[in-house]
This record gives sequence, C-alpha cells and structure tokens, in this order.
Amino acid sequence: MSLNALLEDTGSADNGYGSGIMDEHTKRDIRRALLSAVAVPGYQVPFGSREMPVARGWGSGGLQITLAIVGDADVVKVIDQGDDAGVNATNLRRLIVGSTGAAETTVTAEASIIQTRHRIPEEPLKSDQILVLQVPVPEPLRGVERDMRELRRMHAEDDYARLWVSLYEDKVRNGVITRTTGYPCMIGGRYVMATTPIPRWDCPKLHQAHHLSLFGAGREKRIYAVPPYTDVEPVTFDDVPFEVERSPGRCDRCGAVGWTESFLIEVPNSRTWVCSDTDYCARRRLKDRRVKA
Amino acid sequence: MRETETWALSVQGLTKSYGGRLAVDDVSFNVAPGEALGIVGESGSGKTSVLRCLAGDLDEDSGRAYMSGLDGGQTNIFSLTPAERRALRVSRLAMVYQDPALGLDLGISAGGNVAERLTAAGWRSFGAIRQRAAHLLERTEVPRERMDDLVSTFSGGMRQRVQLAKALATNPPVLLLDEPTTGLDASVAAGVLDLIRDLLAEFRLAAVVVSHDFSVIELLTRRVMVMHNGRVVETGLTDQLLADPQDAYSQRLVAAARS
Repeated sequence: MSLNALLEDTGSADNGYGSGIMDEHTKRDIRRALLSAVAVPGYQVPFGSREMPVARGWGSGGLQITLAIVGDADVVKVIDQGDDAGVNATNLRRLIVGSTGAAETTVTAEASIIQTRHRIPEEPLKSDQILVLQVPVPEPLRGVERDMRELRRMHAEDDYARLWVSLYEDKVRNGVITRTTGYPCMIGGRYVMATTPIPRWDCPKLHQAHHLSLFGAGREKRIYAVPPYTDVEPVTFDDVPFEVERSPGRCDRCGAVGWTESFLIEVPNSRTWVCSDTDYCARRRLKDRRVKA
Repeated sequence: MRETETWALSVQGLTKSYGGRLAVDDVSFNVAPGEALGIVGESGSGKTSVLRCLAGDLDEDSGRAYMSGLDGGQTNIFSLTPAERRALRVSRLAMVYQDPALGLDLGISAGGNVAERLTAAGWRSFGAIRQRAAHLLERTEVPRERMDDLVSTFSGGMRQRVQLAKALATNPPVLLLDEPTTGLDASVAAGVLDLIRDLLAEFRLAAVVVSHDFSVIELLTRRVMVMHNGRVVETGLTDQLLADPQDAYSQRLVAAARS
C-alpha cells in the first residue's frame, strides 16, 4: 500500500493529517492499543504516549484516549472528583470540544464519552456510553515490586502471591484492609488491575457493567480496559468481605443518603456533606422541585 | 532406576558451567523419602550450584531430575516452563538459603512470609492462613508474640527458623538446605540443627543438605557425597566415610576438618 493510499484511508478532509490536536495516524496508533486492551481485559498495553497540551499527571492519558475515539457525533462530559465545574475538568472539556466537532454536556445520561478522574458517575451508564479514566499509577503491584521485568513476569504467570501478602500485612497491622482508592481488582478472572484512582465505592459499578471503561496513563504509557459485561472482583480474602466506604449523614443539598445512595465529600470546616457527583446531585434537586410543583 | 518407591528425588548427570569452567560435572544421586543426603566439599566445589539448579535459581546445562510426587517420576523437572517450576517450588520443593534475604522478604512480618507461600499455593482464607502460619512458627520455635514483627528485626537464628516455617508451609516432600547454620554462633546453630533434625523426621522429608561443616553433616545425614571441582569423588554412609575416607581428596578434607 502506498503512503498516499494510507493517508486517504484515514478519511479526513484536508491534508490527511486531520485537524485539531492529534493527527489521524496517532489516533489509529492509540486505537490499536485500545483494541488490544479490550481484547485482553485488565492487561496493561504499552503505547506511544504523546506530548499533550496538558502536563503529564494532569490527565494526558485520558485525554489521548478521548481524542483518539471522539467523533463529530459525540457528546463529551468531563468530571474531576465528580465535578463538571472543576478547573481541570473545565479546561479539558474546552480543549476537547474546541479542537474537535464534538458537543459538550454536563448531563451524565446525555454523554457518549465521559472522561473522569477519581469517580464513576452515580447514575448507571448505558451500553452506548464510554467511560475514559485518567490514571496516575496503572501498576497494581507497584507497592510490592519495583522491578519492571519482575512485574511483567508476575502478571504473565498469574503470580499475585505478594499482592495477597500485602493485604495480609495490612489486615494484621490495622485490623482491616485500609487501601481506599485504586483498590486492586481481578478482571475476568485473569489479570489484577488498579482501579485507580476511583474510591472503593465505585468498584462495584465496573462489575458486569453495560458500558466500556478505558484507562489511560500518559506518564506511564499504559492503556487498559474493562469491556462491558466483564467480571470485576475486588481482591480480598474469602473471610474478609470487601466493603465500600460509606459516608455518614446525607447530602446537604439533595438529601442523598451517604450510606446507600451517593458518595459524599465533606465541605471543608463545616461538618456538612455534599454529593461528589454534582450532576447526580443537581438532577435529584430538579426532580424534587418538579414533585413539589 | 525409576522405581518411585525407592526415591523422592532423583538427579542424573547434572552439569553446569560458568563461562567454560565446569562447576558441576555429571552429578547423579537419589534421595529416598525420609532420608537426608549430605553434600560436602570446599568452597567452589559446586555443591551449592547443585542445589540452585534443582531449585531453579540457576539454569542447568544438561542433566535430568525427577521427583516421585510429580507425574509419578516421569517428568524431568528441568523441562518444565518457568511458571511450572515456580509452582513446583511452592508446593513440592522448598529451599532454605544460607542468606535469609534470599529466602525471605525482610521487609514484611514473619507471618507474612509464611503467608506468601500459602497464598501462592492458593490459600484464600485469612483465618486459615493466619492459623497455619501461627502453627508453623510455633513448630519452628518462633515466639508467638513475634509473629507480626518485621523479619528485619530478627536475629540470624530466628530468621532461619522463619525460613524453615515458610519452607514447610505447604508440606513439600523435598527440602533443600544450603548451609543452613553457617554464620550463626555455635549455641544458636546447635538449636537450629536440632530443630532441622526433628523436622526432617517429623515431616518424613527427602532432604539434601549442603555444608562445609562436618558436624552439620554428621548430625543431619545418614549418607554423604564428597564433591571436588564439580565432581562427586566419593559417596558413602556418613559415619563410615568420615571415619574412613577412601578417596585422596576426601582424606585431606576430613583430616583438615578433624585437625
């Protein structure tokens, strides 16, 4: 195939490089890594992480995935700690929408691509939605082993004994397993994956989910995925049940119960709690007003 | 030669060289269940290399090794994949190193080290793991209150006891001991040796004990091989060989130890 044919094949209008931040070849490269990641759930696929207009550590991995899969028909939502209005979320959303033909939204149900850091929306996602997670530390075994070759061997041979030992030590030392965010989960019964950096509360939402989850670590140059309807089991002992964090009280704004309904965060210096997911909170308040009216 | 009734571990023609220099030259031996075989020789004679090849820490050049517990003694353990070799180390073939840092993770607790072997073997109940680790550490005379202390805070003798507890965690039929008491002072070494002797009998282990120290070999083994420059120069019953060595090198070695 000639170089020209390759360029035409990208289907882009102008000079074959496309417009916006990423050229078509880069998008293909990243999509190939994404396909590998979906084919082998939980496996960390190395990819050629590009320089982005945001610094590494500020969501460059998630941004590259979103830019590689976004199209004109897409509606993009970006959250940071569940909040659409966070500075980082706002900037990334503007960057994505401004450099592509996609539309923006803050409404979870309307979005076709949701890029996030720290949270999965409270509202269950549907099969036509894609969740893109920004990942700081993709390696679930980083805490127990530093040698990259040894890490690869451990994953390849399904040798997670030392991860189990770290949980054992945690339980012995603290009486409970203290790990909160990025809790290690077994994906499809084969690979242990870091669910970084979402809280434990969100882990069950990945299990047998309707939606596709894509994880991008820009600095560490790794992409991994949880395809729809895949088993996601938190790594824990048979006799030590996995428990999510449960916030006390109710949301100060919408009244959501922290124990069962919504992941709450404390308002600094106030002893009050509010929903971390701002869209979920707003929707509940809207519904209340309609009921009252 | 392959009647699995008579041996737990059978090694045939094991050869290993480092950059052209033969370290282990065509070494063969069998070890029966409940039997301890000693290997003596000076530093550099190749005795530790034999153990490391069997344990999988080193790749052998040629030779075969069979275990009666593995496919009825039909499968050469050197032909296994690295993952299968690791599984073998977890369940059937344990090794105690001279340097505890090789056999243990010093940065975690004594119980955690035993737990590593158990979780590798598929144990998934915290309660059961804890109970088994406590039982093993009690058996190897590690005080109960030290079970949750980091191994790095342990004395040399105590570290060897933790290594033994870890090695025995999955009831392996074969145990390899590489200079288990070298570096310990005499009274501590005597205690560890007594423990090893009791454990070998209690667990009916097929053991290979490597040491340059004749008192260790005399105490633990009934049969002994003398190695020199990678070759086995003499094999015999321990008391007989030490009392009346036939080979010229054995005679020198025994004379040096007795003087």
